[in-house]
Amino acid sequence: MLRRGVPAIRVAGCLVTTVFDLMLAQYGVEREGLPGDWPAGYDDPEQPYTPAWQEEITSVDARLAIRIAREFARNAEQTNGRSMICMGAGTNHWYHSDQTYRTFLSLLVLCGCEGVNGGGWAHYVGQEKVRPFTGWQSLAFALDWTRPPRQQAATPFWYMASDQWRYEGFSAEELASPLGRGLFTGRQFADCNALAARLGWMPSFPSFDRNPLDLTDEAKRAGVPAAEHVVRELREGRLHFAAEDPDAPENFPRVLTVWRANVLGSSGKGHEYILKHLLGTTESAQSADETPPELRPAEVVWRDEAPEGKLDLLTTIDFRMTGNCLFSDVVLPAATWYEKYDLSSTDMHPFVHAFSQAIPPPWEAKTDWGAFQRIGASFSRLAAKHLGVRRDLIAAPLLHDTPDEIAQPYGEVRDWKAGECEPVPGRTMPKLIEVERDYGAVAEKMAALGPLLEEQGNAVKGASWKPVEEVDYLRRKNGVVRGGAGDGQPSLELAEQACEAILALSGTTNGRIAVEGFRSLEKRVGLPLADLAEPRAGDRITFQDTQTQPRTVLTSPEWSGIEAHGRRYAPFTINVERLKPWHTLSGRQHFYLDHAWIQELGDGLPTFHPPLHYRRHFGEQGLREEGRLEVTLRYLTPHSKWSIHSEYQDNLHMLTLFRGGPVIWMSREDAERIGVRDNDWIEAYNRNGVIACRAVVTHRVPEGTCLMYHAKDRHVNVPRTELNDKRGGTNNSLTRIVMKPSHFIGGYAQLCFGFNYYGPTGSQRDEVTVIRKRSQEVVY
Amino acid sequence: MHVKAQVGMVMNLDKCIGCHTCSVTCKQVWTNRHGAEYIWFNNVETKPGVGYPKRWEDQEEWQGGWELDRKGRLRLKAGGRLKKLLQIFWNPDLPEIDDYYEPWTYDYEKLTTAPLSEHDPVARPKSQLTGKDMSIKWGPNWDDDLAGAPEHALRDPDLEGLGEQVKLEYEQAFMFYLPRICEHCLNPSCVASCPSGAMYKREEDGIVLVDQEKCRGWRFCVSGCPYKKVYFNHNTGKAEKCTLCYPRIEAGQPTICSETCVGRLRYLGLVLYDADRVEEAASTPDEKDLLDAQLGVFLDPEDPEVRAQASRDGIPDDWIEAARRSPVHALALRYRVALPLHPEFRTLPMVWYVPPLSPVANAFEHAEPGDPDDVFPAIDALRIPVDYLANLLSAGDAEVIRGVLKRLAAMRSYMRRKEVGRRPDAGLAEAAGMEPADVEAMYRLLAIAKYEDRYVIPQAHTELAGRLMEQQGTCGLDFEGGPGNCGAVPASEPATNESFMLTDMAEGRMPAEAAANDEPDDQPLRLNIVEMLERGSRAAPEAEA
Repeated sequence: MLRRGVPAIRVAGCLVTTVFDLMLAQYGVEREGLPGDWPAGYDDPEQPYTPAWQEEITSVDARLAIRIAREFARNAEQTNGRSMICMGAGTNHWYHSDQTYRTFLSLLVLCGCEGVNGGGWAHYVGQEKVRPFTGWQSLAFALDWTRPPRQQAATPFWYMASDQWRYEGFSAEELASPLGRGLFTGRQFADCNALAARLGWMPSFPSFDRNPLDLTDEAKRAGVPAAEHVVRELREGRLHFAAEDPDAPENFPRVLTVWRANVLGSSGKGHEYILKHLLGTTESAQSADETPPELRPAEVVWRDEAPEGKLDLLTTIDFRMTGNCLFSDVVLPAATWYEKYDLSSTDMHPFVHAFSQAIPPPWEAKTDWGAFQRIGASFSRLAAKHLGVRRDLIAAPLLHDTPDEIAQPYGEVRDWKAGECEPVPGRTMPKLIEVERDYGAVAEKMAALGPLLEEQGNAVKGASWKPVEEVDYLRRKNGVVRGGAGDGQPSLELAEQACEAILALSGTTNGRIAVEGFRSLEKRVGLPLADLAEPRAGDRITFQDTQTQPRTVLTSPEWSGIEAHGRRYAPFTINVERLKPWHTLSGRQHFYLDHAWIQELGDGLPTFHPPLHYRRHFGEQGLREEGRLEVTLRYLTPHSKWSIHSEYQDNLHMLTLFRGGPVIWMSREDAERIGVRDNDWIEAYNRNGVIACRAVVTHRVPEGTCLMYHAKDRHVNVPRTELNDKRGGTNNSLTRIVMKPSHFIGGYAQLCFGFNYYGPTGSQRDEVTVIRKRSQEVVY
Repeated sequence: MHVKAQVGMVMNLDKCIGCHTCSVTCKQVWTNRHGAEYIWFNNVETKPGVGYPKRWEDQEEWQGGWELDRKGRLRLKAGGRLKKLLQIFWNPDLPEIDDYYEPWTYDYEKLTTAPLSEHDPVARPKSQLTGKDMSIKWGPNWDDDLAGAPEHALRDPDLEGLGEQVKLEYEQAFMFYLPRICEHCLNPSCVASCPSGAMYKREEDGIVLVDQEKCRGWRFCVSGCPYKKVYFNHNTGKAEKCTLCYPRIEAGQPTICSETCVGRLRYLGLVLYDADRVEEAASTPDEKDLLDAQLGVFLDPEDPEVRAQASRDGIPDDWIEAARRSPVHALALRYRVALPLHPEFRTLPMVWYVPPLSPVANAFEHAEPGDPDDVFPAIDALRIPVDYLANLLSAGDAEVIRGVLKRLAAMRSYMRRKEVGRRPDAGLAEAAGMEPADVEAMYRLLAIAKYEDRYVIPQAHTELAGRLMEQQGTCGLDFEGGPGNCGAVPASEPATNESFMLTDMAEGRMPAEAAANDEPDDQPLRLNIVEMLERGSRAAPEAEA
């Protein structure tokens, strides 16, 4: 602990200082007359946040760091903020990346770069920017038929479903600041997740240890509203949140459908845990010790025998025989990009593109829209008989950009289960919302645009409107459904019609919606904004337009950039230029966060934290066998130039263009240490799994680090391992998710849940692996 | 003066991100066939690195290109016609399979057909030559991004003479990408090496092609090309090479590699040149003068005399106009930022390169860094050594590279000052020997780089095609085993490693015997050596016995 003084004055008996002064104190910026323990200078390696201190962590020369910092700031000064940090996945998978992100933002805010074209943080993450967001969201989550949607945060889902939570080497307590209040004492990360579910911070599914359809029936029989029934059952201990006992047979997942993904071939962090617990295959190479008794969850139920093979059915829809397909019960052949109609937009460019069918899907392949419609039709036929029309209950999280943001004031954590407050749905716990499900009508509803858009309107990021004209337009454009659940509604039978609906319902592709959205925002913020969209108010991009040529999107309240008159998207330009408040507690950009858990972590201010110390937490990973040379390295899985997420570059051209199979890149120094030459077969292993692949030896990787690019599937040129005679693993065989408590936070200001906005990241990059040379004779 | 038009290409190496999209789209269009597995008309090399095939740049090893004899006359480095004749059954300068790589595929079908088994199924590598299991030891892009560089990169011929300047260490690492296609040279040594008269340079646009009807598979073009951009198809027994996508060029469209280039670094346009001065230029005594000699062959399409002569020489008006707007002419001649690849090979290549700028190395070690926008003093501190670029692009003349980098750096500085609202500094342009207006025009071409500015390609004049046909051999996509042949020639039995390159020759058999027998030899003006050689081939078995 370091003690440093800050300038302060006393106001009404309270000591008051500025966030800026506190931040400078954190960063070790000494100023005349301030008492305390300060760094001796930039070259002081002992005190945090000096250039010399960072050099020991990052290996970036302190002088270079200073020079870059100065040039960055100088450039921002000369250009009015056109200094940019451009990042892909970058730091995102490190444990403390939230803090790293905040330091980026602080640097940019201090240099006046945010909300400036050519400056700020350009965060490029593939396809995640769905420009026509509102229309897409309406269809993706069936908001035209039933609200709210049922969602689940992915990271905790996999963490729990694959039992990675049972293999922790440390707990939340480890991370608490010495100045903390003990909020994490005895709390395991699984406990954090259970609390987050209980307090409505995040969506959590399955929500309870009882079927929600039964809960509503029970309520009906008791003659009380379902929410009231659930609260009473919870309070009296007869009903529990599923997150409190994730390994109970009634709580774990049974059916998994994988579409547009390759969870088991590339993306699933903690791959071998997924194989073992979710799939139950003997191919898992995981060998980690379970959490020692003293570190086990305080609240979440620990079962002596962890379930293996939780899933009953795994279905994959793909156009390649991926690792995921190989482990699936059912593989449905899918159309490729050139065999279907679809839309595409990214954060890399300002256009919305069409996919168009060049040839029909070959053999039995189906388009995505077609596949799900067929599944829907079969499901509906069976469900009409077995399920019928039922009342369902959604436990919905407290949402961003809604009054939910003031549900749990001051970011104080009060647990109703511990008697710290009353369980009040929508305030101290999730909203409990009853919805009707007509299971026999699922397919009919999918094939028609539902009535809720006209009746209840659409909303995004605080803006709202009723797209009555648009739905009517779609009736004329797509045609009207006759008979069934969708009678009189616009048809969505064909993928092209679905594309048309998305484009018509989004502000980025329909000028009228953009203007309406801004008008509604004008009322909320008291500033003129609609003029941003008015010049293109009459523009409506149709699917045919996008097929003719990619179309430039419009300025829309769905996003924060001004895209007009030749300007390209830069986030927050609307906030900076038009003084639209930021979506934060204060309406301003924040350096300081006062949520109790963030304070507990010592993360109140944006400060960098070094990587976790895995050897301390999980012990030495090597086997240290007599006569076997080994080296333990930091293990990174960056995005590859030729493959990402679902797709390994498994076609012949791409494999021919680089080494014909999976490789791990390592430094010359480390390779020499274990007698490995370029292209030698090696094995990389740790407690999570084993990889058998070839080595790439290069001076382009620093000593002490190795990397295996993301999406290295195990189905091409992967031999069996020497260590356990199983098929060598994927890039994610050596990883395991580790979660940070602050990522669970919700129910408070800008830290509320929003889809694809705030939630736990699956950090795995602080990991280490052991590498050794193996027999050069490989067996497949 | 005899004016000819040549389609040329410039690649701006500053922009290449090494994605290899060019290689893949080219392969998919042109060489995705049996016999052509290892053939990459377009490939991208990481430099420093040995390239593809290995060490292709080392002409002491491969004897490609031209040299001057003692009297200063131009001759093929591999020797004249007589030497060829003597070596016709054993060409000592041919790369072997290991210099390329053994092409492979995978038993992908196993992934769908494998029965239930203890281990999940896996597709294994299988040789495309033998069909047997294989262990992958080399490939067409083995050293991508400096992979294996500690073991291989020091064998890069361009590192010769750099000594202590280059250390393969993390903090000193430098690299850039070099995309390569056929150079479509003004003085092509492959054409000159061909004993069958099968290789030719197109009259109207200078594209170098192989007449598949005439090719006998002697492979002297393979060894004669110093860029190793002519390949031998081991199924058809014929030579194949980059066609500059002439069917597209004829339609006014850029080549596939250009069209699909993600970095938008390629430029295509016409250059007018004086065919009468090619030999003289290629014979320039000092290698370092070859750049200026080649520039001297190029003609200025703004010059009324050139235009008049071009017209008289049968070049259509719109082609002359296209030459005026040619980005290749602008980058090579007007702004002098593009350079030929290895001009010392004396083939007068027509795919030129803008050398890459790179970050300043160890900037913080300079006492007082001064204004970071002041780029000129940094030219010699750039990560990529100037001498390395000189070995690649200027026959070792570092001053040429400095001049180009200076112009590029001046452009950046000039435009930056303008962009950030400071006064544009004409001095910056002058210091690099340019006019401010030129700097801005160059910026438009290099930085803005709009499609219509990058590709200025006049369409072919079909009304003149008949005349051209008389002058040239026929050439189409329908050659045996070619992409337009619809599989008329079935894939032969898997070749062995030996037959891939040399054994046919060693056994004295004609590699393309069938083609030789029904050759429609009705074209005028072909070399008599063809017949001589055919006789030689028939005599060979006895000679061996």
